[in-house]
Amino acid sequence: MGSRSSHAALIPDADHIRRETGFSQASLLRLYHRFRALDRNQKGYLSRVDLQQIGALAVNPLGDRIIDSFFPDGSQRVDFSGFARVLAHFRPVDEEDSRIQDLKQPEPLNSRMNKLRFAFQLYDLDRDGKISRNEMLQVLRLMVGVQVTEEQLESIADRTVQEADEDGDGAVSFLEFTKSLEKMNIEQKMSIRILK
Amino acid sequence: MGLEMFEAFSPWNVLPWLVVLACCEASSGVNTSSNSSALQTPNAWFAASSSDPDERISVFELDYDYVQIPYEVTLWILLASLAKIGFHLYHRLPHLMPESCLLILVGALVGSIIFGTHHQSPPVMDSSIYFLYLLPPIVLESGYFMPTRPFFENIGSILWWGGLGALINAFGIGLSLYFICQIKAFGLSDMHLLQNLLFGSLISAVDPVAVLAVFEEARVNEQLYMMIFGEALLNDGISVVLYNILIAFTKMHKFEDIEPVDILAGCARFIIVGCGGVFFGIIFGFISAFITRFTQNISAIEPLIVFMFSYLSYLAAETLYLSGILAITACAVTMKKYVEENVSQTSYTTIKYFMKMLSSVSETLIFIFMGVSTIGKNHEWNWAFICFTLVFCQIWRAISVFVLFYVSNQFRTFPFSIKDQFIIFYSGVRGAGSFSLAFLLPLSLFPRKKLFVTATLVVIYFTVFFQGITIGPLVRYLDVRKTNKKESINEELHIRLMDHLKAGIEDVCGQWSHYQIRDKFKKFDHQYLRKILIRKNLPKSSIVSLYKKLEMKQAIEMVETGILTSAAFSARVQGTKRLSPEDVESMRDILTHNMYQVRQRNLSYNKYNLKPQTSEKQAKEILIRRQNTLRESMRKGHSLPWGKQAGTKNIRYLSFPYSNPQTARRDLRAAESTGNWMRLISVFLQRIWVPGSIAQDPC
Repeated sequence: MGSRSSHAALIPDADHIRRETGFSQASLLRLYHRFRALDRNQKGYLSRVDLQQIGALAVNPLGDRIIDSFFPDGSQRVDFSGFARVLAHFRPVDEEDSRIQDLKQPEPLNSRMNKLRFAFQLYDLDRDGKISRNEMLQVLRLMVGVQVTEEQLESIADRTVQEADEDGDGAVSFLEFTKSLEKMNIEQKMSIRILK
Repeated sequence: MGLEMFEAFSPWNVLPWLVVLACCEASSGVNTSSNSSALQTPNAWFAASSSDPDERISVFELDYDYVQIPYEVTLWILLASLAKIGFHLYHRLPHLMPESCLLILVGALVGSIIFGTHHQSPPVMDSSIYFLYLLPPIVLESGYFMPTRPFFENIGSILWWGGLGALINAFGIGLSLYFICQIKAFGLSDMHLLQNLLFGSLISAVDPVAVLAVFEEARVNEQLYMMIFGEALLNDGISVVLYNILIAFTKMHKFEDIEPVDILAGCARFIIVGCGGVFFGIIFGFISAFITRFTQNISAIEPLIVFMFSYLSYLAAETLYLSGILAITACAVTMKKYVEENVSQTSYTTIKYFMKMLSSVSETLIFIFMGVSTIGKNHEWNWAFICFTLVFCQIWRAISVFVLFYVSNQFRTFPFSIKDQFIIFYSGVRGAGSFSLAFLLPLSLFPRKKLFVTATLVVIYFTVFFQGITIGPLVRYLDVRKTNKKESINEELHIRLMDHLKAGIEDVCGQWSHYQIRDKFKKFDHQYLRKILIRKNLPKSSIVSLYKKLEMKQAIEMVETGILTSAAFSARVQGTKRLSPEDVESMRDILTHNMYQVRQRNLSYNKYNLKPQTSEKQAKEILIRRQNTLRESMRKGHSLPWGKQAGTKNIRYLSFPYSNPQTARRDLRAAESTGNWMRLISVFLQRIWVPGSIAQDPC
């Protein structure tokens, strides 16, 4: 398989990616190794098929949507910086990060808002900024076993939208979404320890 | 015509009779030559029946002595099994207390029955029976079910903690008790150092795996699991090795003239015994893996090979006075990977279940024996010794945990928090191992054996009941969850979605480990070991046929339920409706109970049970849903636009609508070229299920 040297210089745009994602050098290197391991034919980018090779994703109810989240804007390939960018959302939130909040700099990718935005896009497939009742129903169908009847699912979807919807438009906007989750510890829920 | 047949068979008729006669002679020969107490009774039976000519043939006879041992043993095991069934019927109980509690109670019950009826309990446990028959299954099971990847990733910490921890505990407890014994007031001064050290070594054998089930649902992280598991694995081996060495010392030097040379020899022996055992185990593991390569035509004997070779590794190591426990553990770990790939599916299941069964039987017997010993007259109570034993056990475990982990944290990428260390400290529950070792102390060398046994029993009872029951709440308290029980439906759904999302992204990240060593081993494994040990051309078709079978059956079931429920489809509720709290409650219940579980990263070990099948059912449903999607998109040839009923009643059995049929087709082509088996199956199934529609597909 490819060259065995794990030199940081091999990573294209390493500095740029580091600044954007906030990963440490070691983590970035490990991510790069993983990227190369997933990239079966050494193409230099990942396609959907490469990600579908991960067996565990096949039995994840949201597997397809997770894979799709790596390909924003309908593109069919993701290079390493895109890969790292998605994974950066799951970096644990450092205490220091939140303090050194330079207003001029864009929000770090692993801030609470950005994590919520990432989760929101799993629901909102047509990217209209709102989760319609149908989209909620789709997600429910994915996540629930087959013994729940269609009728029950529909009423649960109705109820879910109704609870969160404040302006009464029958859909959940991003702000309403964040509001309904304000009590949850998102930073901890959507952080993966090894990505420090 | 009948006569002709009789004529033809007559030479063969003689043969079975000859065989039967030979068997009778052999068995009576065995009877007369055996001298075990149980087998004497058939002799007595023969003698009694032949000695008294006046006795008439009685219609009813009772001969209990003949069957006593197997009968009682079977009854004990059955009683324990019934107790376990009862234990698990009330589903909250396994989370409250470890199952060892239950077994001890059953043992105490049996013991009290035996004591109450003044029955002579059969001599089930003596040294050879324990070490030859009861111990190997327990160790084999823990070695086999150990997850290898996390074990080897953490092997440095595990060896450091397990090995050194056991030694520190043993010597610490032994030395402190020696100093206590020196105090004249307690009346213990006749116990010299070696005896105390021996006691220390046997009381330091912990069985932390027993409590794993109690705090399993607290989502203990992988490393913590591995520490506990690894410690349990190594602990038995090390304490038995120490035990044997110290007994050898005690035999040699009854008069305390031990020279430093002997101590050095003891240390050297410790190392040789340990490493030699592991070496033997690895060799036997490879041999058995190699043999399973050739068993595809007689898959019924595959479990036999696995068990016999493991047992053989134990016995071979014991012959040379090496550590049989470490040998059988190493054998199980080595052969597991290759055997699992070689053996058939049913053999694999058989091996797993049979191992659990054997170890469960062994442990039950030991615990019952413990119960029998508890309720009896052979105890010696000494407040000082027992109390100080308890105290020192806890103190030394705390010392070893915190000191050793402090040191190893400096070298680890992911250090253990204080909370983790506290959990490890608190899970130091003693088990059947310590009792057995105490029970088997030779009385000649240890005049105060009863005191040791009593003290061991007290420690076991205390740790199992007190620590076992309180560790659950403690872990949950430490793991401070959101106390907001009443989560809204929104929150429940979103929490579960995020859990799935996190699990998925973790899978994308893969396993991160010390790359170099693991990669080197993997390369070596691929190039040499697998070529030798794994069967050639593993039948992929069996995987395909298995999947096809399950997929058809499931699909039929799902379609049937689908049709049933959509027939009861009522009109969609428009707009908002005021829902009563009960409705909301019931909705929340439906959601909680029916949402798919997040995939555990395969570290959930239960000593007494195999993992239930619900996760497999869930995985099947999800897989089938995705396959249905593929098939649907193929058949329709168009995407499923949002908001429109796609005209199929099976819309709920679809996962993600592919936006572009081209991508789906390209995926299939790519799947064939890369040979991904799942994709291959989907293509295969397309051809079965949808015969006409792929005519235009260039595949």
